[in-house]
Amino acid sequence: MTPRLAFREPSPLPGFGLSFGVMMTMLSIVVIIPIGALLLRGVEIGTTEVWRTLNNERVWHALELSFTTALWAALFNLVFGLALAWVLARYRFPGRKIVDAVVDLPFALPTAVAGIALTTIYAPNGAFGQLLAPLGIQVAYTRLGIWVALVFVGLPFVVRTVQPVIEEIEHEVEEVSATLGAYRGRTFRRVILPMLTPALLTGFALALARSVGEYGSVIFIAGNLPNMTEIAPLLIVIRLEEYNHDGAVAIAIAMLAISFAMLLAINLIQVWSRRRFGHA
Amino acid sequence: MADALVLPAPPAAPASASPVSEPAWMRCTLIAVVLAMLVIFLFAPLVAVFTEALREGWRAAAATLASPDAVSAIRLTLITAAIAVPLNAVFGIASAWAIAKFDFRGKAFLITLIDLPFSVSPVVAGLCFVLLFGSQGLVGSWLIAHGVSIVFAMPGIILATMFVTFPFVARELVPVMIEQGRAEEEAALTLGASGWRIFRTVTLPNIRWALLYGVLLCNARAMGEFGAVAVVSGKIRGETTTMPLMIEMLYNEYLTVAAFTMAALLAALGLVTLTLKSFMEWRYADLLAASHRR
Repeated sequence: MTPRLAFREPSPLPGFGLSFGVMMTMLSIVVIIPIGALLLRGVEIGTTEVWRTLNNERVWHALELSFTTALWAALFNLVFGLALAWVLARYRFPGRKIVDAVVDLPFALPTAVAGIALTTIYAPNGAFGQLLAPLGIQVAYTRLGIWVALVFVGLPFVVRTVQPVIEEIEHEVEEVSATLGAYRGRTFRRVILPMLTPALLTGFALALARSVGEYGSVIFIAGNLPNMTEIAPLLIVIRLEEYNHDGAVAIAIAMLAISFAMLLAINLIQVWSRRRFGHA
Repeated sequence: MADALVLPAPPAAPASASPVSEPAWMRCTLIAVVLAMLVIFLFAPLVAVFTEALREGWRAAAATLASPDAVSAIRLTLITAAIAVPLNAVFGIASAWAIAKFDFRGKAFLITLIDLPFSVSPVVAGLCFVLLFGSQGLVGSWLIAHGVSIVFAMPGIILATMFVTFPFVARELVPVMIEQGRAEEEAALTLGASGWRIFRTVTLPNIRWALLYGVLLCNARAMGEFGAVAVVSGKIRGETTTMPLMIEMLYNEYLTVAAFTMAALLAALGLVTLTLKSFMEWRYADLLAASHRR
């Protein structure tokens, strides 16, 4: 037997050195070194200076706007995504296959395209904007518009993580629950929902991560007024255009830190739910 | 299993009374709500792209696409995708081979690292490359002194695109290759096949649909990437302007029809991707990643 400290378990198959080498080289050039450069720059600037850069109203507002709207969009996608996944997995209706294919549209449609299209529809003189304007609802160039764009961008994540899990649920489980006297609603809440929780959380986390950093679809519909509808990624771009690299780095590091804290929290909830409900 | 005891057939209950499904009214409401949402959030923008693009007719649209700036943007987008996507495919294959066929320490951490680009804003990715390769950058100052510019030039656009699309192929291949195990490759090895031969004749046929699927997704994102490319490109018209960046420029100049024409071209490419993707899911579901199984 090899000692436990060996880097890899022995295998007769060839090509470990080559494949591992290619992987690590490309990973370093494309991901590790660039992210490292960002963090290094952050260290060079120093914590107090980073904090001083962050500590002004415009930056706070941009960060708050990015994370709050992303959270609301991801929550909406959680509920709507579950409904959509349920309908696609369980019900048979004409056009189901087309709907199933269209769900992935946000993956295939470039964000800039989605951005100008949504803006045109929801502008006060647009197809939907015209209908909403008499009700006093303005979508484009407000927070609501940013939310619409983020819902679009994050829509497929929950559906695509939850749908396969729903399809794998065995009917017997629901039948047992029904024979034990549970009504459909109760079966759903007490039996089905716990089984879906890990997948729901994964989809939620993916949608949230994507929405927080989204730039292309949001900047068209947002209006981009400082302290009003200016998202954090846009503020990074503005700082860069002012050649204020330190300012850009500070916001980028703040975004990374908050994102990772949120993803960590979601991971912990996931571990808790797995332990509580005992699903892999 | 057929029991000897023959039970009388149960009275045919109406479908809505089934204890393991929702009542009919609820099913209909759910379907209606879901369809309405899809129309509002997905169909409407798609229709808007094409109607806006064709507002001044086919001739105007064709003229927009034939302008020198548009041609150069289309060329840059295609070249970028043509370089970034194969490189990411090589990365995907190499990492899937290393991760799925071997056991080594730190594998879970490595998988997290590969997924990292999904949780980093594209703008932050662009910023990283500016810091590294910009004129005051760590490597950039040296490279620029030697006449190589990466940021505000094509190499930067390609690197930024690669960062954003980095996990796509690997994420498709790793689960498929883990599920297939290494028995077939080991059998080929005992029969005397060389490493390359094993890969070409045993592994590749097993993963080709998953590979194609990953490449398809990677390509769709690569051609449409906006945020990361916007930061590193410098937006020099006719030189470092990709199709998505050109859409932004035209839109901001109030050349709405031209912007939507360019957008319609990208949307059409997106629809082709979607069609191919759905076709592959229906036809080769069992050969794609476990998570796509139907």
